[in-house]
Amino acid sequence: MKIDRNVVEKIAHLARLDVENVDESVADMSRILTFMEKLNELDTSNVEPLVYLTEEVNAFREDVVKQEITHEEALKNAPDADENFIKVAKVIEQ
Amino acid sequence: MQSYDSLAAVQAAISTSSLTLEQLVNNYLHRINANQHLNAFVEVFVDEAIQKAQLIDKKIKNGTAGKLAGMVIGIKDNICYKNHKVSASSKILEGFTSIYSSTVVERLLAEDAIIIGRLNCDEFAMGGSNETSYYGPVLNAADTTKVSGGSSGGSAVAVQADLCLAALGTDTGGSVRQPAAFCGVVGLKPTYGRVSRHGIIAFASSFDQVGPITKSIEDAALLLEVIAGKDEYDGTATSIPVPNYSNELNFNGKARIAYLDETLNSEGLDPEIRALMQQNIDLLRADGHTVEEAHFPLLDYVVPTYYILTTAEASSNLARYDGVHYGYRSPQAIDLESTYKKSRTEGFGLEVKRRIMLGTFVLSAGYYDAYYAKAQRVRRMIMDNLNEILSKYDFILLPNAPTTAWNLGEKLKDPVVMYLEDIFTVQASLSGLPAISVPVGQHSNNLPIGLQLIGKKFDEAGLLSFSKILLNINKKA
Repeated sequence: MKIDRNVVEKIAHLARLDVENVDESVADMSRILTFMEKLNELDTSNVEPLVYLTEEVNAFREDVVKQEITHEEALKNAPDADENFIKVAKVIEQ
Repeated sequence: MQSYDSLAAVQAAISTSSLTLEQLVNNYLHRINANQHLNAFVEVFVDEAIQKAQLIDKKIKNGTAGKLAGMVIGIKDNICYKNHKVSASSKILEGFTSIYSSTVVERLLAEDAIIIGRLNCDEFAMGGSNETSYYGPVLNAADTTKVSGGSSGGSAVAVQADLCLAALGTDTGGSVRQPAAFCGVVGLKPTYGRVSRHGIIAFASSFDQVGPITKSIEDAALLLEVIAGKDEYDGTATSIPVPNYSNELNFNGKARIAYLDETLNSEGLDPEIRALMQQNIDLLRADGHTVEEAHFPLLDYVVPTYYILTTAEASSNLARYDGVHYGYRSPQAIDLESTYKKSRTEGFGLEVKRRIMLGTFVLSAGYYDAYYAKAQRVRRMIMDNLNEILSKYDFILLPNAPTTAWNLGEKLKDPVVMYLEDIFTVQASLSGLPAISVPVGQHSNNLPIGLQLIGKKFDEAGLLSFSKILLNINKKA
C-alpha cells in the first residue's frame, strides 16, 4: 500500500515519535506494507485468529500484598527525581 | 589456556584438581580482554565473577555446590539481573540498573553458575545481524569481516570465541538459532511457555523465549532443565513438569523426519547449504531413520506474518519507554508531549523506530483487520500446517538461514532484504514450537553452517537427544 505524508505523521504522533525525514518514511513504510500485503493472497475467511500460544488455563493465587520493590528502588532509574517523586516538565498551564 | 567444550569437562578437570574455578574465570577474563575487537560483551562483571569463583571453589570442596558449579555463562543484554545494568543494547536504557532479577538468572545462580557479563545484541533484539545495537556490531570470530548473526550475536560469538562456556540468548524469530548457526555453536529455542519470560525485556510477548547457546548438546540440555518450568511471575510459563533433559540424551530407536520441499528448493538457498541438507538426508537414511519430503506451501507467507505480528506487539511493549519513569530523557523535553516524543525519538535507533511505526500502523483504526487480524489468522494456518506434519513425523529438518554469515553492512540498506533472511526460522516461532540449530558443516568460504530441527510442542527431550544423532553422523561422515 502506498501511504502518504499525512498517514506517516498521524502514525508518528500515535507512537509519540518525531519523524526526521517524512518522505523517506513514506517510501520505507509503503515498501514494507506492500510486502506484508502478500497475505491477501490467502483465503482466511474460515480461520479463527490465533491469539494465545499457550494452552495454560488461569493460574490462580492468593491476592496477598507484597512489597517487592522499595520506594527508593522505584526512583533509582528515574531521569529526574527528588526523595519522593519522579519529576517531569511542567504539565499545567498557568 | 585449555579449551573446554562442556560443563562435564570443566567439572572433571576441577575434580582432578588440575583446574580451579577461579583459574577458569581468570582465563575467560583474559580471553575476553584479548578479543575486545569482537565486541561481544557490553559489560564484564570482572570482580564479581572472581569473587563468586572463589566462593564456589570452596563449595565444590565442601560438596555443597549446585549442579551448574563450573558453568561460566554470559547473558544477553536484555535479561535482567538485579543491581546490574541492562540496556537491550539501546541508548534509551543506557545507565539503567535492574532492580530485580529475571527468573532465568535466579535459577542459574541458585545452581551456582557464574554470570561473567552481559552480551551485545541487536537493539531490543530487533535485527538479524547485531548491527542495530547502540554499541555497534559484533564480529564473527570465524571471519571478522562477517556479521555474527542476530539478535543474540554477542551470545553466539562469546561461545564461539571461547570467552565463556555458554550464554543465554532470546529467540523471537530466530535470534538464538541463526547466530548460533553463523558461529558454529548450538542454539536452542524452547517451546513457547517452556521458560519464564519474567525479567526479560519484552520485544514480542507471544514469541519471545529464552534459550541457551552452547558448545555441546549436553550443556544445552542442562541449562534448559535449570531455567525451564512454572513461574508465579509469568502466567504463560507452563506447569507441565520439566524432564531431566540431561539424563535423556540417548535417542532410542529410529526417527521419522520430514524435510520441506519448499525450503530445500527455495530459490535463495545457498547451493552448498542445499548440498549439506541433501547429504544429511542421506546420512540419516543410512543410519536407519525415515526421511521423507513434506510440503509447507505457506513458506512465502511466514515472513510478512511474522513482521506484522511482532511489530504490533513491539509497538505496544515499547510504549513504556516514555522518558518519565526510567531510561533516557531528552534535554529538549519542555512539556509532557515533548518528553515523550523527543526522548523516544532520540533514544531509539532507526530499526526500532521503523518497527514501532509499522506496528502502530497495523494496529491502528481502519487497518487493524486488514493487517493484524489477517496475520493472526495466517498464523493459525502456519501452526496447523506444521503441526499436521509433526503428527506424522518426529522432527522437521530444514536450513537455519539461506546463507552463511554475510558481510558487515551488506543487508542494512533494504529492510525487506534483511527481513527475508528470517525465512527459515520464523515458522517455529509463529507456531510456538521448539527448534534447535546444530552445527554440522562448514562452507567453502570457511564459515560455519548449522541445520535446524523443529520438534513437537514440549518435546525438547526428543529434540536434544536427536540433535546428538545428527551431530554424530556428521562427525563420522
